Amino acid sequence: MKPQGKTLFDKIWDEHVVKSIDNGPDILYIDKHLIHEVTSPQAFAGLKRRGVSVFRPDKTVATADHNVPTLNQHLPIKEALSRKQVDTLTENCKTHGITLYGLGHPYQGIVHVIGPELGITQPGMTMVCGDSHTSTHGAFGSIAFGIGTSEVEMVLASQCVLQHKPKKMRITIDGELNHGVVSKDIILYIISQITAQGGTGYFVEFAGAAIRNLSMEARMTICNMSIEMGARGGLIAPDETTYAYLKGREFAPKGEELDKAIAAWSGLPSDEDAVFDKEYTFSADDIEPMITYGTNPGMGIKVSGWLPEVKDIDDASEQLSVEKSLAYMGFESGSRLLGHSVNYVFIGSCTNSRIEDLRMVAEVVKGKKKAENIKAYIVPGSKQVEAQAKAEGISDILEAAGFELRQPGCSACLAMNEDKIPAGEYCVSTSNRNFEGRQGPGSKTLLASPLTAAATAISGKIEDVRSLMER
Amino acid sequence: MKKFEKTISHFVPLPIEHVDTDQIIPARFLKATTREGFGENLFRDWRYDKSGDEIESFVLNKKGVKGEILVAGKNFGCGSSREHAAWAIVDYGFKVVVSSFFADIFKNNALNNGLLVVAVDEGFLEQIFTSDSQLIIDLETQNITIKGSGESRQFSINPYKKECLLNGYDDIDYLLNNREAIEAFESK
Ligand code: SF4
Repeated sequence: MKPQGKTLFDKIWDEHVVKSIDNGPDILYIDKHLIHEVTSPQAFAGLKRRGVSVFRPDKTVATADHNVPTLNQHLPIKEALSRKQVDTLTENCKTHGITLYGLGHPYQGIVHVIGPELGITQPGMTMVCGDSHTSTHGAFGSIAFGIGTSEVEMVLASQCVLQHKPKKMRITIDGELNHGVVSKDIILYIISQITAQGGTGYFVEFAGAAIRNLSMEARMTICNMSIEMGARGGLIAPDETTYAYLKGREFAPKGEELDKAIAAWSGLPSDEDAVFDKEYTFSADDIEPMITYGTNPGMGIKVSGWLPEVKDIDDASEQLSVEKSLAYMGFESGSRLLGHSVNYVFIGSCTNSRIEDLRMVAEVVKGKKKAENIKAYIVPGSKQVEAQAKAEGISDILEAAGFELRQPGCSACLAMNEDKIPAGEYCVSTSNRNFEGRQGPGSKTLLASPLTAAATAISGKIEDVRSLMER
Repeated sequence: MKKFEKTISHFVPLPIEHVDTDQIIPARFLKATTREGFGENLFRDWRYDKSGDEIESFVLNKKGVKGEILVAGKNFGCGSSREHAAWAIVDYGFKVVVSSFFADIFKNNALNNGLLVVAVDEGFLEQIFTSDSQLIIDLETQNITIKGSGESRQFSINPYKKECLLNGYDDIDYLLNNREAIEAFESK
């Protein structure tokens, strides 16, 4: 009998199992480990306490992103605790011989932006980072997931983690995307359909024509937010788009090596007869520009749509949770968001801060002016993105429209640094989480695509980008 | 890690769904470089108002509500991978969290810090919320019991993790003992 086909996920996982513990987790070998200043200090302290050194320092790469200011990065960080975390990272990297792309380095940036753009992220790899959005790297056809600090310590000590093999889900998006709809809308739509916990316990493969037609950067946005439906990670089979993106990148294989690698990677996609534990199929045609109205990422609607009527929700506990969200956000059940006034727009974060995102924004705002009431943070994901935006004239377009391109970092995505949205203010944000206070205590976040965020900045109120775009 | 002992205690009810890691410990408190002291800021923005005064209605501020067990609505711990969330709960003094559903990364982080997570069915969770009783958590037999009514449920936990918790072992020791196998894997 022919053996059962394997999924992309199975193929990579099985290749990386050092040993399976009876009735327990697998020891999974990690090819690349990314670290940053917030979730690593306690892991290094743990190593010191145990008297062990880093097992494979050449397989870990570090950057400073969460805590860094996005203006005047050449000056010392003002806030003492942030400065201490960044300094601690620098010291730890020096002690253990780990490559660090710290502040001032031309490769510095958000950890999930720099991995792909430097060619560190490659198909078939296992990757981890003490950050849930490590799922981003799955866009290359790799197994990438976020871990806690104890697990960071495990990887530093042994280049392995103990993990239970998750279940497998496939989400297929058939057909072609509508005008004005981008990958952020796809993922917000999926989460709104399967809920913020619908993917828990699963690794999700995204497939179908609409996914295949996406650029690498657009694929990253989708995998990035797979964590927002509770999944451990998301991944997309590598193909010609993947190989073309990798070609010529700093740490990607070159010449003959690349040809060999591509030959190996071509065997990775799920076999036709592979079986998933769960499958969903959606039609691209049903997807419109999306926005969230509540305090978990599953609470999404069409930008042009209406909020749910609380009284129509059957499930009592869901009713309660929607009610609580609406109260926090200050929205009325059954009302419309379109035209609602907002004063803040944030374009950035590991979800949407790449060059294509900035190009999208530039296209919308070119020759226009931002509304008077709008304060906008436009924050590139890395020094390389920043440099390219300048080279392409994107920063000039933004400036002419009344915006300023800031310096790379996580910025107002999580309000750990100086960039915060004030209490009570609405912010249309291209980031990934709309939890209470995520962008600053009392802030109210509405997640949307870069197109929707840019259109909102121009209008000064929640806008459907399609009404600003010429056909 | 400390050994996990049978726990008999009153519980702190938090009947809210999707309690995310930003609520458990807001990002602005993640600037420490050590593991201690996070309990002070557990549920910070639900617990204190802008001027730092206690919000009376929040459960941790209510007089007479105490216990080593936190009981919360479904999808507890969703959001970021910050282990600080587990540290804050442990540092505050909780030994167990009970819910009908836990987010994956949180579950791992909790168990890696000796914090037991007990998933029960929605009906039983409701019974706990409406009882005013102590709970008995026995990891050995994997049982959770409402002391007052005697109602109980079995809960599941991976056998390997159970061993670790009962004995106070941790994963890093285990991996360090497997370095040879790891090196052999590397040279394959
Ligand atoms: S941009 Fe936001 S989500 Fe991404 S790594 Fe930084 S803080 Fe996390």
